[in-house]
Amino acid sequence: MKSLAKSDKRTLLFVIFIAIAAPFLLNPFPEGSAMAQFNAGYPDLMQRFAYFGVLAIGFNILFGLTGYLSFGHAAFLGVGSYSAVWMFKLLGMNIIPGLILSVIVAGIFSLLIGYISLRRSGIYFSILTLAFAQMSFAMAYSVLTPLTNGETGLQVYADDPQVFMNENSIAVPHLFGLKMQDTFTLDIGPWAFQFNIGYYICALFLIAAFYMSLRIFRSPFGLMLRAIKTNQTRLNYTGINTRPYTLAAFVISGMYAGLAGGLMASMDPLAGAERMQWTASGEIVLMTILGGAGTLIGPVLGAGFIKYFENIFSKINETVLHGWFAFLPDGLENAIVWVLHFFVGKGWHLTLGLLFMAIVIFLPGGLMEGAQRIGNWWKNRRAKGKTSSAKTTPAE
Amino acid sequence: MDALLLQILNGLDKGSAYALIALGLTLIFGTLGVVNFAHGALFMVGAFCAVTLQHIIGLSKITIDPTKVDFLGNPAKVKTPYVVEWFGESAGMTIIDWAVPLALLFSIPVMLLIGYAMERGLIKHFYKRPHADQILVTFGLAIVIGEIVKTNFGATEIQVPAPDSLAGVSDIGAMFGMGAGQLAYPTWRIVYFFFALGIIGAIFAFLRFTTFGMVVRAGMADRETVGLLGINIDRRFTIMFAIAAVVAGLAGVMYTPIKPPSYELGMQFLVISFVVVVVGGMGSLPGAVAAGFMLGILESFASMNVVKSFFEAIYLPSIDQIIIYLVAIIVLLTRPRGLMGKAGVMEE
Repeated sequence: MKSLAKSDKRTLLFVIFIAIAAPFLLNPFPEGSAMAQFNAGYPDLMQRFAYFGVLAIGFNILFGLTGYLSFGHAAFLGVGSYSAVWMFKLLGMNIIPGLILSVIVAGIFSLLIGYISLRRSGIYFSILTLAFAQMSFAMAYSVLTPLTNGETGLQVYADDPQVFMNENSIAVPHLFGLKMQDTFTLDIGPWAFQFNIGYYICALFLIAAFYMSLRIFRSPFGLMLRAIKTNQTRLNYTGINTRPYTLAAFVISGMYAGLAGGLMASMDPLAGAERMQWTASGEIVLMTILGGAGTLIGPVLGAGFIKYFENIFSKINETVLHGWFAFLPDGLENAIVWVLHFFVGKGWHLTLGLLFMAIVIFLPGGLMEGAQRIGNWWKNRRAKGKTSSAKTTPAE
Repeated sequence: MDALLLQILNGLDKGSAYALIALGLTLIFGTLGVVNFAHGALFMVGAFCAVTLQHIIGLSKITIDPTKVDFLGNPAKVKTPYVVEWFGESAGMTIIDWAVPLALLFSIPVMLLIGYAMERGLIKHFYKRPHADQILVTFGLAIVIGEIVKTNFGATEIQVPAPDSLAGVSDIGAMFGMGAGQLAYPTWRIVYFFFALGIIGAIFAFLRFTTFGMVVRAGMADRETVGLLGINIDRRFTIMFAIAAVVAGLAGVMYTPIKPPSYELGMQFLVISFVVVVVGGMGSLPGAVAAGFMLGILESFASMNVVKSFFEAIYLPSIDQIIIYLVAIIVLLTRPRGLMGKAGVMEE
C-alpha cells in the first residue's frame, strides 16, 4: 500500500469500500416497493458480480495491456470450475484446495495454449485461441466425459470419496466452517440488507485480484506490456524478445480466469461444459470492452453492469411492461410494450448484442471513456465560465 | 474402397459449405481488409430465406368442405395453397415441391440488399479501425442477427425438404462402373457439391475475365494506386461485399435440406470457416476453397471407425471432434501464413 501513488490508493480504497458496502449500496429500494425489483443486493447476484469481476480484471491484463484479443478465455473458466468440483469430490467441501487447484490447473492449461497461440499475433491469435477453446468444449462433451460428466455437468455425489469428510462435516462448500450459503439479514425499517458469507469471500478475492492488477499495471512489467500494445515491431527491433512477456500476461490472465471458475464452483458446486462455449468467451470480452479495456476499474464495472442488466432484463416481461406504461392511452401503451418486449425477458441477448455494437462503434474506450468525456466536458464548461479570456493557446 | 469413397463424398458436401463461406470471408478480407465475424450469420440468413419462401409458397386458403367431416364431426376444413389455386394443380404442386431451388432466386436480391446495407451502414466505418474492433463489432452484429431470427422463427430447427426428385438416394457406384447398389448417396448432397463448384467457378471467372473483376483484383493488390487512377474502388468493393453476402446466402439456402436451420447455424459454421480461412491462408481465394474441401474431407475421414480406433490407440480419442482444430494448429505452427497465404497479408 505504501508505495502506491495517491490516486491509485484512492482507487483501491474506493474498490474496497464498494466491495464491503455492496449489500447496502445495491439495495437502495425498500422491500415491497415498486422499485424493489431493481435491487441487486441479494447473495446470488452479488457473488456473480464479484467472480465475474475477477474474470474481467484478469482478461484486462491480457487484452487491455498487450492488445492480444483472446477469444477463448472461457476455456480457463471452465477448467477452473471442473478442478474445483473435483477437489470437492475427492477431498471435501472446504473451498481452499479447490481454489488452489483451479488456479494451478488453469495456469498450466493457459501456459500450454499460450505457448502455441502466442507464436502468432493479431487475428491469427484470436482464431487460435478460439480454436483451442472450441476444441476443449468439444472434448468436454465427448472424450473427457469421465472427467467432466458430459452434458449432465460435474457435481458432488454422496458416494464420492471425500477423504477429509466424516459424519460431522459440512456437506456444502465452506471455508473452515463458514458456509458459503449462510446469509445474515439485517432489517432496518422496510429494508432488508443481506450479508452473505460467499459474497464476502468472493469480494475478498476481488479486492486481492484488483490489488494485484494495480501492481501489475504500475510495474515495469506492465509498462513492457503496454509497449507491446503500442508497437511490438519497434520493441523487437530494440532487441527485446516480447514473447516471454506476452506469455506471462497470458498465463496470469488464465490463472485469474481459473480463480473465477473456482469461485463460481465454490458458490454453486456444479460445473458444466457450456461455460466453455465461445459465446461465453465473447461475453468476457464484452465485459472488458464495455467497462473500458486498459483501465483499472473499468472491467469490474463492465462485469457488474452486464450481470446486473442481464438479471433485470431477464426478469421483466410483458405484464411488467404493461404495468409501467399503464398511465399512457391504451393504443400507445400497447405499441410501446410491443416494441420493448423484443428487448427484455428472453430478448436480453438482442439488447446485449446491440449494446455491444453501440459501445464498439461510439465508445471504444467503454464506460470509463464515457465518464471521462462527461467529466472533461463539465470541467471545460466551468473553466470557460470562469476564465474565458485568460486562456491562451501556445504556438506550436 | 467403397467406404473410402463414401467418406470422400461425405466430406465433399460439408467441405463445399466450408469452402463457400470461406470464399466469401476471404473476398471481404481481401478487398476491404475487414474481418467479418457476421459472415456465418449471413449463411444462416440465407437458410432462413429458404424457410421464409417455403412458408410464403405454402400459404393456403382455408375453405370449408361441407361434404366431408373431420374426426370431431364438424365440417372439414380444406387447405388449398394459393399457388395451386392460381397455377392449377400440377404446376402449383411443382412450385411447392421446388421451394428450395426457387429460394435461390428469392435470396439473391435479399442478400444483395443485406450485404449492401451492412457494408454502407456499418463496415464502412471500420476500414481503418484495428482488427480487434472489426471482430468485436461484427461479433455483436452476429448476435443481433441471430436473436432477430430467433424471435421470428423460434429456437427449434425447421425442416425444409428438397424437391422430391432430388430428395432420394442415387446410385453413383453404378456410374463409376461398380456393381449396382454398392455405393449409394443422397442425391441432394451431390447436387450441393456441383452447385458449390459452379458458384466457386463463377466467382473465379468473374474476377478473372471481366473488367470489373480485373479492377477489383487490382484494388486488392494496391488500393491506393487504383484510387489515384480515378476509379471509384470503394463502390466496387462494396459490391464485392454484397456478392460475398450473396455467396454465403446461396450456400445457406442450398444447405437447408442437409441440415435443418436454426438460429445457431451461423455460429456453428463461422468458427470452422474462420479456421478454414486461416489454414488456407488469409487473403488467398484458392487457398480458402482448397482448405474448405480438405478440412471437410478430413473431418469425415476422422469419423470413420477405423481411424477413430487408430487414434484411440495413440491416445487421441474422439479425433472426429477435434481434427479440424488440430490441423489448424499444426498448419499455423509449421506454415504460419497458411497453405497458400501470400507474404505481406496480415503479417503483423
